[in-house]
Order: sequence, then C-alpha cells, then structure tokens
Amino acid sequence: MSRIDGLFARKNPVFIGFTVAGDPGIGASFRVAKAMIDAGVDLLEIAIPYSDPVADGPVIERAHLRALRAGTTPDDVFALVRQVREHAPEVPVVLFTYYNIIHRRGPGRFFAEAAAAGADGVLIVDLPSEESGEVAPFAARHGIDRIALIAPTTSPERQHAILREASGFVYLISLEGVTGERDRLPPGIAGLVGAVREKTDLALAVGFGVSRPEHVRTVVEAGANGVIVGSALVRIIEEHPGDWPGMHEALRTAIVALRRGLIPDPEPDIPRRERVEG
Amino acid sequence: MKAGRYGVYGGQYVPETLMSALIELEETYGRVHEDPEFSRRLDWYLHEYAGRETPLTYCENLSRDLGCRVYLKREDLLHGGAHKLNNTLGQALMAKFMGKRRLIAETGAGQHGVATAIAGAALDLPVEVYMGEVDTRRQALNVFRMELLGARVIPVASGSRTLKDAINAAMRDWVANLRDTHYLLGSCVGPHPFPRIVRDFQSVIGEEARRQVLEREGRLPDTVVACVGGGSNAIGIFYPFVSDDVALVGVEAGGEGLDTPHHGASLSRGSVGVFQGALSYLLQDGDGQALETHSIAAGLDHPSVGPEHAMLKDSGRVRYEAVTDAEALKAFRYLSRTEGIIPALESAHAVAYALRAAGDLGEDGILVINLSGRGDKDVADVAKIPRGAA
Repeated sequence: MSRIDGLFARKNPVFIGFTVAGDPGIGASFRVAKAMIDAGVDLLEIAIPYSDPVADGPVIERAHLRALRAGTTPDDVFALVRQVREHAPEVPVVLFTYYNIIHRRGPGRFFAEAAAAGADGVLIVDLPSEESGEVAPFAARHGIDRIALIAPTTSPERQHAILREASGFVYLISLEGVTGERDRLPPGIAGLVGAVREKTDLALAVGFGVSRPEHVRTVVEAGANGVIVGSALVRIIEEHPGDWPGMHEALRTAIVALRRGLIPDPEPDIPRRERVEG
Repeated sequence: MKAGRYGVYGGQYVPETLMSALIELEETYGRVHEDPEFSRRLDWYLHEYAGRETPLTYCENLSRDLGCRVYLKREDLLHGGAHKLNNTLGQALMAKFMGKRRLIAETGAGQHGVATAIAGAALDLPVEVYMGEVDTRRQALNVFRMELLGARVIPVASGSRTLKDAINAAMRDWVANLRDTHYLLGSCVGPHPFPRIVRDFQSVIGEEARRQVLEREGRLPDTVVACVGGGSNAIGIFYPFVSDDVALVGVEAGGEGLDTPHHGASLSRGSVGVFQGALSYLLQDGDGQALETHSIAAGLDHPSVGPEHAMLKDSGRVRYEAVTDAEALKAFRYLSRTEGIIPALESAHAVAYALRAAGDLGEDGILVINLSGRGDKDVADVAKIPRGAA
C-alpha cells in the first residue's frame, strides 16, 4: 500500500498543509515543514517555486517569488523532500508544481528524481487531463501518484475522464478562483463532494479558500476525507520575516486551531469529554 | 495534427477550473464562425466603424532608397491606431453572442487595452484592463485614453509588474468570473482556442494585402515583413500567404543585442517551454523559470510567442530575425522623415529589417511591410532619448 493510501486508511479526515519550498529561505524551509508536521499536518504538499503561478492568489504568488529570490531550484526542492522523508518517514509528501518545471527537466528525469527523493505524489496544476499523456508513463514507472484536480466547473464527463487516471487522492477545488483565504466557502461544496464520491472510491480532499476552523468543519461535514490549507499558513511565514520563534509559534497555533475543525461540532447536550480526537 | 496544436506546439496547459471556459469558447467560436449574422455584423464594424479596408501604400521615397518596390500595409490607419482593433471587435462581438456581460483584457503598452476599451464602448460591454504597474507609469497617456473610453484600468503590482504579470492577473480574474466574463486576449498566444481565434480575426490584414498587391502589381510580393512580439499582426499578414511562393520574415525585439540578456527574441534565442497555457518558444532559465525581457517597444517586451510562429520557425516557412533598439529607433525617425508616417516602435522593427535587407531584392522586387501601428504613443518617449544615443 502506498504511503498516501496508508494515511487515508489509517485516518479520516486528514489535514493537509501546503508550503512553498524555499520560503522564506532554502534552509528555513525545512524548519517550516518540520514545524507543520510536528503541529499535526498529516500530509505535506510542497510547491516547487515558479515565476508565473497563474492558479495562485497573491499570498502564494509572493511566496513563490520569495523562494525564487532566495535562489531555490528544483534540486533544492528534492533535497527538502529528502529531509522531510528522514524526519517523518510516515508522512506522505506531494509535490505541487506548474508543468514547465517538469517539461524543462524532462518528465523522465523529473519523476525519477522525485521518486528517489521520497515524494509520494505529484500534482501538476496546469496540466489538464487532455495533456497528461506527456507524464503518465513516467509517473507510473516510478510509482508516483498523480493527484488529479476537479473544479466546480468540471463537467460530469470530464470528471469521469479525470478520475480514470487519478490515484492517491482527488483534489477538489472548492471555488471558481485562485488560491487564497476567503471569509466563507461557497455553498456548493457538499454537492461537489457528493457528485465525485459517486464516481470514485479514492479519498477526496478539498482545497482553495479553506483558511478557518469553521471552513475545515464545513468541508468535513460535506463528506470530504481531507482538507488542504495553503494561503493561511503561507501568510504566517510572510508576516514573520526574520522571526523564527514567532513564526513557529504562529504556525503551531494555527494548525492546532484548524485541526479542531476536523472534529464534528459537539451537540450542546453532549459532555465535552466524550468528544473523540480525530 | 491534434486539435489546438500547431505541429507539437500550442495545447491547453491551464488549471482545471479554466477548462470549461475554453471548451465553451471553442464551441461558441465554431458556431459564430459559421453564422452569417455574426459575419454580417463583424463586417459592418470593420468597415463602417473601424475604417477597413486599410490602404496598401506604395512608398516612392522608401522604394528609391531601398532599391525595390516597397508597400506599407497601413494598419496604423485603422481606428485606434493599430491592428489590435481587428481582434477586439471580433472577440467582443463573440462575447455578445455568448451572452457574456463583461470584458477583461491585459495590456502592455496599452494598445490592446485601448482597442478593447473601444470595442467595449461600441458594443456596450463594460471593460476592465489589467496593466503592469510599471507600464501604467510608462504609458500614462494610454491609461488616460482607456479611462476616457469608459474602461477601468487595474494596475498589477505582482511579479515584474509588466505585460506577463498583467496576463497572469487577467487569467486569475477569468478563473473567478468565468460565467459572465470573456477574457479578450490580445495576441495569438495562450491556450487553445485563443491562438486560432486571434489569427483568424487578424487574417483580414493578409487577405486584403494579398488582393491589393495582386491588383496593383499583377503578382504576389517577393517578401512580406512584420514585427513579432506575441505575433498577432505577423500571423495576420502571413497566414493568407503561407501557401504562396512568398518569403515571410518575422522581426523580433533584439533589445540591446542578442548576445546580451536584454532582448525579447523568444524565437531567435529561446527554447521550447510551456508558458501561460501553451507550448511554444520561451525565454527561460535552466529550471524553466521565465526570464525578464527587454525591448524599447513595450508591445514586443514579452518572454514568449504564439505557438503557430513556433511551428512556422521549425518548418522554415517563416524566417525570424531580430532588430536592436537602436536600429528600430533609427527606422522610426527615418520613416517619419522620409514618408511622413510615424510608425509605432514595434512596427519600426519591421521597417528596420527592410532597411537592412531590401537591397537583396533588386529593383523589380516587391516588399510588403506590415505597418501594424502608428507611433504617436511613442513620440514622448523618443523625444527623451538624446539624438546621439541611437
């Protein structure tokens, strides 16, 4: 069983944290990843910094540019994956990338290096199923899950086509837009989770806009098996330049608070001690 | 060839959220392309509103200097002052047919933003234009023009704060507002079907030029020259000549020279990569990060180029050359003085190439230069450059 399948078999729902490799610096990036895992991130999504991240909102775009200014290269990202693998052998790592990074390196080399570093999955944000034949054989050869994306605008026919190639888990995009914190999530999440659930047995994780404990609860109540939080954590890194203790504490506090959303809302008449940690 | 591909180039490298909009756009385009009512209305706008057809001007002084017969295709005389309106009228009308209620666009120098603002005003659609913060300062006059035409200009403060970041910002807006918004992309770049749509709407340039030169000379020209940034004016004039025995030359921004890092010559010096939705030639580093580019002409200051040009380069059907800032500036002054026509700095690159190469044609040779825009927008900037500097 792959590390990703093992996680979802063991835990439900799971908390997925996102960070951009090399943000705020190449060395500091591992400390951030370690802090996230130690605070309760079950699966880590590591973005490879890219000059033109069009699917991302301003917070994550600035993180990409900070990482590039720090000189982060794909080699540094693979080194980070290796460090995470050593620190937390059981925590799955998914590389989140724009396709040109893979195209430039060559898909054969990219997937070989990702597998050698210990990555479990790759999510290519700008490679829809129409174009994914370019990477499919390489991902399969190296045992890397290709994490598929489904958006609220994805037609049922496309959902089927996307799910045919998916493995690991399916990333459901909660809203029509780019990544970034929102005050509230759109009402259609339960419908999207339900519609995709009918078509696959894969775990479903919801991301984009999920930034508060109540959002996490909404997503879990919609029937998802995982939530993905990005911008809310990346913003903490941005807000604590040069202040590692402050950043560490803020990350820990935020993740602990967000994780509370994984637990079902207690009924008023149920005593607190009967709640089950998830 | 796969749908949406030009040889191996093109494709749809976009986030899943955008796919439904691209599929809708492709379907609508297929439909309006066949719809006589759409053609009738677009023809009306092109002829009665925009001023088509544009002249193919025989330039006596230029011909004497260059030693061959030189014609300019006068897109500078199109309403708005550049070829951009051919595409914005077509796409804005298409947006109307799709029931969209809002147009968004990106702009570098401001020409495409102005052309979108004009089309939006004429077709009664609100327009918002993304423009890099750096460009809003460099092209303050065009910001004013867009606002005067009723558009809202949104400065983009991310990345290098220029054209590529304006495109990124417009794509982000589109992802969030697909249902009521049409993204009116200004060049033959981006994901399928944009390169095809823009080429088709711009092909009117080449169709007219081909007919006009046949009427005038009784034969096809020897060479057609156009500048290439994203490549829309070039593909527009080249496309109707592709199957003819006519040499086609695309002229890229050589900036401070191709041996420096300061240029915008993605075909001459780039490598194959995926950028803003398409596989094409790209100025990128070893890891696949887009490089910052430079050109004196803001409209050519872009790290990538339309995928059809990438195919035409590989097949050898079009030859791509580069002209430096200094050569373009010299041609800008030369054409103004010699013919009384102030070219856009972008179009001055095509003129500069002609100055360099026309001698090879001989006195019976026929050369057509696409004068894609007029240079009024550049006059203030050129005035600041000391004469001796270029």
